[in-house]
Amino acid sequence: MSRLTEAQALAYWRRNLALMFKLLLIWFVVSFGCGILLVDVLNQIQIGGYKLGFWFAQQGSIYVFVVLIFYYTRQMAKLDREFNVEED
Amino acid sequence: MELQTLTYLVVGASFALYIGIAIWSRAGSTKDFYVAGGGVHPVANGMATAADWMSAASFISMAGMIAFMGYGGSVFLMGWTGGFVILAMLLAPYLRKYGKFTVPEFIGDRFYSKAARAVAVVCLIICSVTYVIGQMKGIGVAFSRFLEVDYGTGLLVGMCIVFFYAVLGGMKGITYTQIAQYCVLIMAYTIPAIFISLNLTGNPFPQLGLGSTLTGTDTYLLDKLDQMVMELGFNQYTTEYRLSGLNMFAYTASLMIGTAGLPHVIIRFFTVPKVRDARSSAGWALLFIAILYTTAPAVAGMARLNLMQTIEPTPGEYLEYDKRPDWFRNWETTGLLAFEDKNGDGRIQYSADAATNEMVTVDNDIMVLANPEIAQLPNWVIALVAAGGLAAALSTAAGLLLAIASAISHDLLKGMIAPGISERAELRASRVAMAAAIVGAGYLGFNPPGFAAGTVALAFGLAASSIFPALMMGIFSKRTTKEGAIAGMVAGIGVTLFYVFQHKGIMFVASTAFLGDMPANWFLGIEPNAFGAVGAVVNFAVAMLVSRVTSAPPASVQELVEHIRVPAGASAAQDH
Repeated sequence: MSRLTEAQALAYWRRNLALMFKLLLIWFVVSFGCGILLVDVLNQIQIGGYKLGFWFAQQGSIYVFVVLIFYYTRQMAKLDREFNVEED
Repeated sequence: MELQTLTYLVVGASFALYIGIAIWSRAGSTKDFYVAGGGVHPVANGMATAADWMSAASFISMAGMIAFMGYGGSVFLMGWTGGFVILAMLLAPYLRKYGKFTVPEFIGDRFYSKAARAVAVVCLIICSVTYVIGQMKGIGVAFSRFLEVDYGTGLLVGMCIVFFYAVLGGMKGITYTQIAQYCVLIMAYTIPAIFISLNLTGNPFPQLGLGSTLTGTDTYLLDKLDQMVMELGFNQYTTEYRLSGLNMFAYTASLMIGTAGLPHVIIRFFTVPKVRDARSSAGWALLFIAILYTTAPAVAGMARLNLMQTIEPTPGEYLEYDKRPDWFRNWETTGLLAFEDKNGDGRIQYSADAATNEMVTVDNDIMVLANPEIAQLPNWVIALVAAGGLAAALSTAAGLLLAIASAISHDLLKGMIAPGISERAELRASRVAMAAAIVGAGYLGFNPPGFAAGTVALAFGLAASSIFPALMMGIFSKRTTKEGAIAGMVAGIGVTLFYVFQHKGIMFVASTAFLGDMPANWFLGIEPNAFGAVGAVVNFAVAMLVSRVTSAPPASVQELVEHIRVPAGASAAQDH
């Protein structure tokens, strides 16, 4: 393991936070946004038998959650390699 | 074959499997006992976490609640899955890097205080005990119904099974048993759903079937459902709010934050070898959970439709009570389904109007269990559902009991009372603590306090308002002091309990509810079960304010925070 300088550690942490905020924004938008706050508006749109807002609340948000975690895992693995802080 | 014989066979086979696994995976050290040796593969851990997580409430109750709440039931779907996103990004990798055995241990070290650790132990025990009572009750009900024994015998059988593999195997035994339990419960949930979806819509995927047209017509299933419930006087299925948008927002947030703060879920991430595995393991767990959670709304909608069509086969033409199907008779004997012929015509009228509705009791919990019978599926499917329900309740109970036992033996005994005890003694103590926890939980299952029904949702509120904020600030804010963390936890859990008590009664004795249990008195119309989100906000606010006026944490603690933020250098769960 190589020790990070203080500046490197800060840069690593900032990149991690930036990724996290981006993904948590999506997390918020698909669940609280599309599933609750905007549900009546989105329900005007119908896809197959599903009203869109209802679909986000009972199906769509869950699919997005799964994708978000795996995307986060992959991006963080890349970041770890870039800063050479991955575990052996 | 007779349904009863078949049920015994299937359930018996699943138990033999769990016990076999327990003997094979016996724990030899405290590390095995608390964190399964720290060497569980992330996919395997994901599967075990999924079984740990999905309780009797997910398996039996959730689809039934959605069936009768429609869109409003979405709070459970989003709330109980969305928490894994915050768990994966905000807690799991950092707590794994820290590499100790329990949640209070992290809080004690990060906030350099035994008092903080003790407060965390108390919060942990309050959350886990409220949660485990619900599971014990689920076990008792499930065993008594499927094995046709009385409630007490059912509970005792369940306790013996959990006792055997949890005391013997600790986390190691529990983890491998939970993998088997996941397989049983997911098959038991999806197979009937696939059959029913095929029957109704011709689509084998329930997730797609719910959005498809009914077989042989151009009418969408959900449109038909909306139309039928509205004709009976209910609100439209796909748009009915649970009280209000704000209440749904708070409820969902409460369940999400609570999920990320429940100790029995968090300790699962201490069992994987690396930080990277903790991240991906959360993804696998959610994937395995999502299979059930995306099927549940389809089960809900289809069960409601099937139920209404059984009672009213053609519009205006109600089912004659004497010609009711067998499942109707069977559930009537349990008291969970009840009919009262109010207009004396011998037919079953179902409506939203309490004065004319003759289906006087339709318990949420029967929807998943009766569903295969309503849809006339073969007996082996019904037997499988029985085994699945038991797997869900047993796996969650075991995980919770381990969290309680490790808090007692590791945090209280080793951490505070007798720091010098040997590993052998600690292992023995943790087995004794586990046995005591099972007996205690069993006792509460036999004599459930009056509030047992609503406690599962409450456990989330308590975890959300106490443990989650403390952990998150411990990782993301170096400035949070021990005084801040303690004050925050106490204020958060205090305000949540106070809110629940004032509406539901002190210690849930209804007559002491000084504000009465009425929506008019609710703060901004938020129901007590959804108040954990507000408690969490209070926790954060109090902790930040107090931290600002107290002296900064020592340099060694700031270094610890630096250390856990970077993956490199994590040794496999440290011995100590």
